[in-house]
Amino acid sequence: MSRRALHPLGHLVLARIRMFYRQPEAVFWTYGFPLVMITALGLAFREEPKTTILVDVVGPQAEAFQTRLAKDSRFKVVRPAESDWKKRLQSGKTNLVVETGASPTEPPQFWDEPRRADSLFAREAVENVLLHELVPERPAIAEKHLDEVGSRYIDFLLPGMIGMNLMGGGMWGIGFVVVDMRVRKLLKRLLATPMRRSDFLLSVMLARLIFTLFDMIFLITFGYLAFGVRCSGSLLELSLVMAIGGTSFAGIGLLVASRAQTIDAISGLMNLIMLPMWIASGVFFSAERFPEVFQPIVQALPLTCLNNALRGVMLDGDSIVTQWRPLLALVAWGVVSFTVSLRIFRWK
Amino acid sequence: MSSLAISCRQLVKRYDGKPPVEAVRGVDLEVRTGECFGLLGPNGAGKTTTMEILEGLLDATASEKMEVLGLEWGRDDETIRNRIGISLQETRLSDKLTVLETVNLFRSFYRSGLEPIEAIRRVSLEDKCGAHVEKLSGGQRQRLAVACAIIGDPELLFLDEPTTGLDPHSRRELWEIIRGFKSAGRTVLLTTHYMDEAERLCDRVAVVDQGQVIALGTPVELIARLGGQHIVDFSLSGAGNPLTADEVQALPSVQSVRLDGGNFTLSVTEPHVALPGLMNYLQQTGREFATLTTRHATLEDVFVTLTGRHLQEGEEAA
Ligand SMILES: Nc1ncnc2c1ncn2[C@@H]1O[C@H](COP(=O)(O)OP(=O)(O)O)[C@@H](O)[C@H]1O
Ligand SMILES: [Mg+2]
Repeated sequence: MSRRALHPLGHLVLARIRMFYRQPEAVFWTYGFPLVMITALGLAFREEPKTTILVDVVGPQAEAFQTRLAKDSRFKVVRPAESDWKKRLQSGKTNLVVETGASPTEPPQFWDEPRRADSLFAREAVENVLLHELVPERPAIAEKHLDEVGSRYIDFLLPGMIGMNLMGGGMWGIGFVVVDMRVRKLLKRLLATPMRRSDFLLSVMLARLIFTLFDMIFLITFGYLAFGVRCSGSLLELSLVMAIGGTSFAGIGLLVASRAQTIDAISGLMNLIMLPMWIASGVFFSAERFPEVFQPIVQALPLTCLNNALRGVMLDGDSIVTQWRPLLALVAWGVVSFTVSLRIFRWK
Repeated sequence: MSSLAISCRQLVKRYDGKPPVEAVRGVDLEVRTGECFGLLGPNGAGKTTTMEILEGLLDATASEKMEVLGLEWGRDDETIRNRIGISLQETRLSDKLTVLETVNLFRSFYRSGLEPIEAIRRVSLEDKCGAHVEKLSGGQRQRLAVACAIIGDPELLFLDEPTTGLDPHSRRELWEIIRGFKSAGRTVLLTTHYMDEAERLCDRVAVVDQGQVIALGTPVELIARLGGQHIVDFSLSGAGNPLTADEVQALPSVQSVRLDGGNFTLSVTEPHVALPGLMNYLQQTGREFATLTTRHATLEDVFVTLTGRHLQEGEEAA
């Protein structure tokens, strides 16, 4: 005879956590996949603050002139064949053509395309270089830039990715796991013990919340280290929003899993629910871009609510009180789903 | 406490569907405390359905009486669950948990029970404690399932086809485990479609077919009811005119005759009387044996006599 060392709830949660981290595929789809996605999108939509100035240099002094321009790293100099440059200027392959004279002292000739701003800008820039050569003692002008952090695409994207990850985690982490246990007859086997059903459901939700905590630390740290994404609101409130989102989607995941009897059924069902939200809920672009008539639906989707609240806190520095509407809607989604699934859950 | 571990009358289970399936059609069972009781029958006989109703996992469509350990499902669920242990026909335990973690988890559900390591020792899996379930062989998995079934130190153990699909060695190992459990005064209800398993392991057997109990008793009684404890199997070579069952039935000591595509199966009380009689008769009528064997009667013969079919399709009586 022995006494039990740990409450069954503790054992169930522990079992869930072990099953998760011992499954490398699951770990990849939860952590690796969003990481790859954020990196790829973050890089693809990176805005270059430095403009490159394309300049063609031709004529006898071309080589010397190219060295003069090399002082400014913005210039990208090409020395095309004599016959080529006009076409290149026409087609926009270059912004400016500099035709050098026979001797180093002879002033060069500029060819620009006056209807193109970048062509005019290129001319100014090259003239500037020449002017600076005449006046080497230039006054030190302090340069200040408007802080760009917070207004880049990656700043917009990261909260969306966090929302998407919380949705995927809740749906797969609960829906898939529960149906897998049903298919294995493991649910039935557990039911044959004195285990309390509420302990089981609670353990699935609790394990999910613990994973959410990891997701959160992981994504926020990664966003900060790789792209310098910051949270303008309080981190504590951000965690609260994520906890609410994670729990809501866990509830929705449980609802989706309540009746499904095969892995195919649950996969189809989850994709059916998640796919429209990936597109409509403002993960990659603002949900407000959809026509006015759809807005009531789009705004009511749980992922839209979560993304709005996340962006409110991360980008605008809102407090959760300001974001009460989407948060309340999220809580409602979670509570209703959980309650319904308790009623219709198929144990046997 | 009553001396019956399980008692049910007129158990009926109908699965709705097109067409509806009557899986259990009025089963009466009385399993005595301390015995190993077997439900023997072919696939689809309704064994699992009967078990799962008794385990409280399925609702019966109708029943006149159903008591498990003197308690009733629907009233004393928590108490019953704490006092019974179950191994389902097919459960795939979590692949990624180790043997010890799995047993620990199941232990946590019971108010009292064995030390996890003790349960693992009883099924001889000590050296697999740290192995993931996915790395276990079929026999080891089945033993782990039994460890999970006995972890709550149950008074009554349900085992649904515990040895199906296992090699002979693993089957014998499991039989030892079940005998060990029984020798501690506990009750076992198991299902099987192996007649040798029922014969060697069970104190009493209910032969189940098409949702009904068609015979009940100790293996010895059931075999004795055939009329003869011995079986003579023979077939004739092509020559001579065909032999009829009636001709053979008339021979001395022959209790019953079955003719199955040229193969005769006789149950006889005294082989030393029956065999000379048979040989003489064949010689007189100018017939010859193609094959001839004699053996002890088995539960398989009981089943075949009662239903005209074998327990396992495509498999002849051993
Ligand atoms: N869930 C179910 N729905 C419909 N029919 C079922 C179901 N489970 C079992 N059956 C049918 O009930 C009969 C008895 O099945 P079962 O109790 O599993 O038999 P056994 O365990 O003896 O092989 C079979 O004909 C089977 O097809
Ligand atoms: Mg069965």
